[in-house]
Amino acid sequence: MTQPLSYLKESPSQTAGPYVHIGCTPNFTGIGIYGGDLGTSMKTGPVKGTEITVTGAVFDGMGSVLKDAMIEVWQADAAGLYPSPKETRGVADPNFTGWGRSPGDMETGEFHFETVKPGQVPWPDGRLQAPHITAWVVARGINIGLHTRIYFEDEAEANAVDPILTRIEHQSRVPTLLARKIGDRAYRFDIHLQGPDETVFFDI
Amino acid sequence: MSNGYHVRDRGWQPPGLYPPYKTTIKRSPQAALLSFPTSISEETGPVFGHNILGKLDNDLILNYARPGEEAIGPRIMVHGRVLDENGRGVPGALVEVWQANAGGRYRHKKESYLAALDPNFGGCGRVITDAEGHYEFRTIHPGAYPWPNGMNDWRPAHIHFSIFGQAFAQRLITQMYFEGDPLIWRCPILGAVSNPEAIKTLIAPLDMNRTVPMDALAYKFDIVLRGARQSFFENRQEGV
Repeated sequence: MTQPLSYLKESPSQTAGPYVHIGCTPNFTGIGIYGGDLGTSMKTGPVKGTEITVTGAVFDGMGSVLKDAMIEVWQADAAGLYPSPKETRGVADPNFTGWGRSPGDMETGEFHFETVKPGQVPWPDGRLQAPHITAWVVARGINIGLHTRIYFEDEAEANAVDPILTRIEHQSRVPTLLARKIGDRAYRFDIHLQGPDETVFFDI
Repeated sequence: MSNGYHVRDRGWQPPGLYPPYKTTIKRSPQAALLSFPTSISEETGPVFGHNILGKLDNDLILNYARPGEEAIGPRIMVHGRVLDENGRGVPGALVEVWQANAGGRYRHKKESYLAALDPNFGGCGRVITDAEGHYEFRTIHPGAYPWPNGMNDWRPAHIHFSIFGQAFAQRLITQMYFEGDPLIWRCPILGAVSNPEAIKTLIAPLDMNRTVPMDALAYKFDIVLRGARQSFFENRQEGV
């Protein structure tokens, strides 16, 4: 026998279920208890950098759009700084929250973020990562939230040396992490839970 | 900067695919998840101030009720701590909750269960943990309800929890169940958690010490988020 290790175990995840919007975006479901839904806007004033939109949807293994998902994003500002007390490299844009939450349209399932093109942030060894947005997907039928990243197809040079993109064994899957440019400052990023275009999800 | 987070124990967590919970079959990734060390992108996360909270945000009995009225159902207090795997309280954690009413009905336009809506119950609340990681809210005991999966599957009474820690890597959504509910061990959603010891950590015990006599019962529910890794160097003084 030995002494027990006293670490606690992470609470098991459970699906967000079909009614996640009641708890996380209640105004979206018509329950107006709070002033507004958190994460609806990522800007609290004029922001620095290039303002962009990211639109997309989540698809299941049959190619059907999920209409009960919730997507959250987290990213650095245009200068590559996070609005976090752990950010030690500088002070992030005070008018940019870095965090967005979208319930997806009730009819089309489309999510939409009005944000800024993120700057580059370092990898633990000091190399710069390509510009990216961290994304997290929950829904009915998803037992544990899925982490992924949104990179940009028009950042080819930075993407080519990104520590994560270059780590993917099946390089043919890299495009699943690239937002397509669909207009001036507008990007499209679809998430596929299964199938030939299955998005690369992370165990972080 | 931290040194990253303890690796998530995927054997303790439910797998993406659990066929008895039918919706997982077409919504679970098939390829292996990509593992990599966390960077600043995962080790940071949004911070929420107490200023976002309204006075009744943590009181589901009153926060949707018409003036002078209250939600119907067994009155309960739910309290506990948000901790990390190192056993430390997580201060400033935003905890969002949602649940069915006492009859097992959600206030949602896609909800079709025949149980009655309670005009005084919205079904959501939120709270931010104090300096030691404590949180508390007041609500009614939610009802069990049937759901379309098998021909006769029932969800045990539960409250959904969404929790933000101090890093996006800690982001968690889970459900709290109630001590003594016989439906817990028949539930295909809970069944995805293969270790009974893990399931037990989602079952809140009755806590008679925190009841409000002649008013409300109480349940205690602690939530554990991933812990940050410690390093040998962390305890050294700067420059030593």
